[in-house]
Amino acid sequence: MIMTSSNALSYATFIYALASVLYIGSWTFKKDVLAKTGLWALITGFALNTAGIILRWVESYQMGFGHAPFANMYESLVFFSWTVAALYIFVEFKYKEPVIGVFATPLVFLAIAYASFDPNMNSKISPLIPALKSNWLIAHVITCFLGYAGFAVGFGFSIMYLIKPEEQGGSAFLARLPSLELIDELTYQMIVFGFLFLTIGIITGSVWANSAWGTYWSWDPKETWSLITWVVYAVLLHLRLMRGWQGKRISWLSIAGFICVLFTYFGVNYLLSGLHSYA
Amino acid sequence: MKKDKQNLFNSLWQLLAAVKFAVILLILIAVTSVIGTLIPQNGSDQMYMRVYGEFGYKILKGLQLDDMYHSLWYLGLLLLLCLNIVVCSIERLSSTYKVIFPKTISFNPDRFRSKKNIQAFDLDADTDSTVRACEAICKKHMKTVLIESTDSGKVFYAEKGRWTRFGVYIVHISILFLLIGAVIGGIYGFKGNMRLDPGQADDVVRIPKEQMAMKLGFQIKCEDFKVKFYESGMPEEFRSTLTIIENGQASLTRDIIVNQPLRYKGINIFQASYGMTSPEKAKFAVQSRESGMVFEIEAVKGKKVNLPEGAGTFLYNSFISNMDFQGHSLGEAFHVDIELTGQEPLHVNIPVKFPTFDKMRKGKYIISVMDFEPTYYTGLQITRDPGVWYVYVGFTLMILGCWITFLMSHQTLFIEVVHNGSNPTKVLISGTANKNKQSMKIKINKIIKNIKGIS
Repeated sequence: MIMTSSNALSYATFIYALASVLYIGSWTFKKDVLAKTGLWALITGFALNTAGIILRWVESYQMGFGHAPFANMYESLVFFSWTVAALYIFVEFKYKEPVIGVFATPLVFLAIAYASFDPNMNSKISPLIPALKSNWLIAHVITCFLGYAGFAVGFGFSIMYLIKPEEQGGSAFLARLPSLELIDELTYQMIVFGFLFLTIGIITGSVWANSAWGTYWSWDPKETWSLITWVVYAVLLHLRLMRGWQGKRISWLSIAGFICVLFTYFGVNYLLSGLHSYA
Repeated sequence: MKKDKQNLFNSLWQLLAAVKFAVILLILIAVTSVIGTLIPQNGSDQMYMRVYGEFGYKILKGLQLDDMYHSLWYLGLLLLLCLNIVVCSIERLSSTYKVIFPKTISFNPDRFRSKKNIQAFDLDADTDSTVRACEAICKKHMKTVLIESTDSGKVFYAEKGRWTRFGVYIVHISILFLLIGAVIGGIYGFKGNMRLDPGQADDVVRIPKEQMAMKLGFQIKCEDFKVKFYESGMPEEFRSTLTIIENGQASLTRDIIVNQPLRYKGINIFQASYGMTSPEKAKFAVQSRESGMVFEIEAVKGKKVNLPEGAGTFLYNSFISNMDFQGHSLGEAFHVDIELTGQEPLHVNIPVKFPTFDKMRKGKYIISVMDFEPTYYTGLQITRDPGVWYVYVGFTLMILGCWITFLMSHQTLFIEVVHNGSNPTKVLISGTANKNKQSMKIKINKIIKNIKGIS
C-alpha cells in the first residue's frame, strides 16, 4: 500500500492518542513503565507526523502548485503538533525525566485530533493565494510555531507543578517524579524558548508585511494579540528575573500566557476579522 | 525650594526605575490593546453610530477608541514605557557596569568553599596529574582561567560570558529603536493608494487616513494588468506592468505582483487590489417591446450608435463597478444614454448580472448586456517610511539581545585540588551561572565525570 500524507497523519493521530493515554495512565496508576512506553509511542507518532508533513509537501508539488504545507488551519495544527512533540521529546532526552510529559503530550494529540476530526476543517491541499507566495512564509510559520510549542510545553509543566502531590517517597513512582524545583526551572526554560521564537516570529512577520504591503505593523488583530502575548510573557520574565517570582505564581502566569497564545492562534481567526484569515 | 525640586526629581526617578512600574505599564499596555481588537478601528462615524448608539459613539470618540493605537493616551503609555526603559537601564547599568566590564577579574575562594552546591570527592590519582587535568578542563570549558596556589594544593577559578550580562540592555535599546522608527515613520512617512486603468498614468496618491491627496515627484503608468485564476476560481496572481515616468521620460518598466513590490526613490509601490473597469466596447441586446424582436448592437465607449428600426441613437457612456439600487448592490453595470428621435435622452443603468432589470423601466426598448471583454484596473498601495531602517535595526538588536540574554550566561567554575598526604587527592568543585542553572548543573556533572575518569 502506498503511504499518503492523509493516512500517515491519521496513524499519527491515533498513536499520539495512545501516547497520551500511556502518559496519563502512568500518572494515575503510578507506573513508571507506562511513561517509558508512552515516550516510544510519542516518538513513533512523531515519525509518522514528520512523514505526513513531508508527503503533503511532495503531494502539493505533484498537484502542480507546490508549496510548504503551512497554508491553512489544518496544516498549521498538524505542524503545531509536530513542534510540540519535537520540543517535548528533546526535553525528555536532555533532562531524562520521563513523567514530566504527562500534561504536555495530550496537547500534541489534541491539536492533531482537532485538525482531523473537526468537520469544518478543510484538509484539502489547495494552491497558495497571492498574499502567501513568499519565502517569508516558511520562516514566519516555523518560528511562530516553535514559540507556540515552547509556551505549550511550559503550560503542561505548569499544570504539573500545580497539581503534583506534596508527599514524597512511599511508592517508587512518586520518588521518580521530578522535583518541584526542576519543574519550575523547566517551565522557565520552555517559556524562554517560546519567548525567543515568538520574538523572531513576530519580527519575520513584520518584515514580511513590510515587503508585501509596505507597512511593518498595521495593528491587525492577529498582530495585536501576538504583541499582547509577547507582553504577558515579558511581564512573567521580568517578575521572575527581577523580583524572584517562582513556583506557583509563575505557573499561574504561564497558564495565563498560554490562554493568550490560544486566543492569538484560534480566537482571532474565529472571533475577530483581519489579515490572517487563512490561519 | 531647590531641594524640593531635587526631591521631586529623585522620587520621580525612583518611580521610573522600579520594576513594579515597568510591570504595571506592560500590563496596562496589554490590557488596553485588547480594546482595539474588539472595536473596529478607523471606521466611519455612521458605522460607530449604528453599532454602539449615540452614547457609545460619544464615549468612543472621547477616548479616541476608534483609532486607539494612535490615541494620545496610548502613545502616552508607550512614552512612559520608553522613559521607564531608559531610567531603569541607566540606574542598573551604573551599578553593574563594573561587574560586566571589570578592569581585572579576581575571585574569593572562600565564597565558593561555602557554596551550597559545592561537591567534594576523593580521587585515586596524584596531585600533579589532577592539577593538570583540571587546568585542561577549565581551559576547555571557560575563557578566563585563574590559578592560585594554597597551602595544600591549588585553586582554579574559570569563567566565561561575563559580557552576556549586557544582553538585556541590548533588548531595551532595541525597543527604543522600534519606537523611534515608528515616530519617524509617523511624521515623515505616508501610506496611500492609487487606482490605474491599463494605459493610464498618474502622479497623485490619495491618503485616506488624512483625507488628502499628495503629488509624487513622478508619474506611474500602468502598461498592463493581468489576473490569473486557478481552476478552482481562486486568484493565483495579480500582475501589473508599471512604468515610472519622470520629467516626461520613462525611466524604468517593471512588473509587480503581491510580495514583489517596486521601490523607487524611497517610495514603495505595492500590488494591493484590483477591480473591473470600463471595457472599451460591449455588446448589448435591444428588444423591441412592441414586436418582441431582439437586435444586437455593439457600442464603443463614448461613440453614438444607431438603434434598430431607425428609432434613434444609443450611447455607452460609462461603466459602474458597483451599482447601487435602493440600497442593494447589483454589481457591475453600464451607464447608457438612449435618445429616441425627437425626445430628450434618457440616462439608464444596465446591470450586467440582471438581464431583465431594464423591463421595469417600461421603455420602448428593453436593453440588456450581452457580452463584453472584462478589463481590470490595478489598485496600488504607495508608501514611504523613512523610519523603517530604525525599526530594522531595532529588530536585529532585539533578536541579538534576546539570544544573548536567554541562551547565553555568565558561567563560573571553581575547582580546588587538595593534597591529602599521599593518594587520594581531594577535589572540591562548584559551578554557577547567572541564568540557565539547570544546564550548568548538567555541565558540572559532566566535568566531575571527566575528572574522575583520570584515576
